[in-house]
Amino acid sequence: MNTVTRKIIDTGLWNNNPALVQLLGLCPLLAVSNSLINGLGLGIATVVVLCASNLVVSLSRNFLRDEIRIPVFVLLIASLVTVIELVMNAWFHSLFRVLGIFVPLIVTNCAIIGRAEAFASRNRPLPSLLDGLAMGSGFAATLVVLGAARELIGRGSLLDGADLLFGDIASNWTIQFFAPEHGFLLALLPPGAFIGLGMLVALKNALDHRRARLAALAPSDDAVSERV
Amino acid sequence: MSRSGLSLFLFAVLGVGVVTFFHVLTADRIEKNEREYMMRSLNELIPASAYDNDFFTDTIEVIDEELLGGDQGVAVYRARRHGQPVGLIISPQAPNGYNGVIRLLVGIYADGTLAGVRVVAHRETPGLGDGIDQRRSDWVEQFPGLSLAITPAADWQVKKDGGRFDQLTGATISPRVVVQAVHKAMSYFDRHSERLFAATTGESYRFGMQDPP
Repeated sequence: MNTVTRKIIDTGLWNNNPALVQLLGLCPLLAVSNSLINGLGLGIATVVVLCASNLVVSLSRNFLRDEIRIPVFVLLIASLVTVIELVMNAWFHSLFRVLGIFVPLIVTNCAIIGRAEAFASRNRPLPSLLDGLAMGSGFAATLVVLGAARELIGRGSLLDGADLLFGDIASNWTIQFFAPEHGFLLALLPPGAFIGLGMLVALKNALDHRRARLAALAPSDDAVSERV
Repeated sequence: MSRSGLSLFLFAVLGVGVVTFFHVLTADRIEKNEREYMMRSLNELIPASAYDNDFFTDTIEVIDEELLGGDQGVAVYRARRHGQPVGLIISPQAPNGYNGVIRLLVGIYADGTLAGVRVVAHRETPGLGDGIDQRRSDWVEQFPGLSLAITPAADWQVKKDGGRFDQLTGATISPRVVVQAVHKAMSYFDRHSERLFAATTGESYRFGMQDPP
């Protein structure tokens, strides 16, 4: 069980990261990653939806025939996102003011239905929940890194707008490295999102290649066990 | 086949049922939240201590595409104290922002002085035009205290166009549009202020130019 757990987490966070490897959910990813806080906001919302949808899909997997599973997944995910949006609006209103625009965007995130189809429909509820958590976190981490990079390059700041997400205590969390006028505007505009994501994918591949090369040069116990 | 159809139907019923349940459960709270949020934004422009009526519900809808934008009519919130007009907040729309419609709240005291301006919704370029948003810069803080009486019509422009308002670094269009929209809202108030306060709550109006004031 432990190695299975480990594998699910590694797969979601790194080896099969939904944003960097599967390249799923690019529409919300590219649209919202113009600041660290925006990225974190969409990231949190995605984790919640992905966990919940994986759980619901896994619970209903035995009642479904193959030919209708896709429409039922779509139905379940859309209902779920709507319910989450309503609940946030009612009980976490200030959070909804910030994240509200992102929640409907999550429906367009094909990573959600991708995980429902690829994992949750074939596994028991607990591993499915874990898969949702790992995949969601992998997606959120990419969003945060991309958002931070774009905000820093484009506006010279980090954590701008933190008070919208964390309340008034966060109002002075913003770090300003240089005046916003001197930022490289392209980073904030849509092309900056594509270029930034491309660089992140390249960086991930470079790290993987380096690790593989090192493992091949000096086969340690680690590398051996990895191959087995 | 028919079994698939049946289970698809059951899932659809389940989905609709769950959403309906939560909708009914949350509707009141959501309405209350929206109201409180709107109230807070309105009170930023005209402080709660200045009026004693039910500011938020004392509203009318007015239609004037030329001065206020939006063909659906825009809301006007009216503040009164002991039955006397204190001021009102108009919510005009500027359709010609750099990237679509800019929605504003323009607070005007009964004597024609600007109480303040807030940008409620916009899609201006991040890092350039979004400085019109009070959360991004204090650009809107140059409005309070101005009025048509002390500020000649020619001054209601950004400095680049010969007026008195600062533009933003690298962005002229968004500030220009907001300044013009505020000026138009002020002109609208100037033309119709008495009728705006006298109008019946909850009604929709289209005040014409030709009507006597």
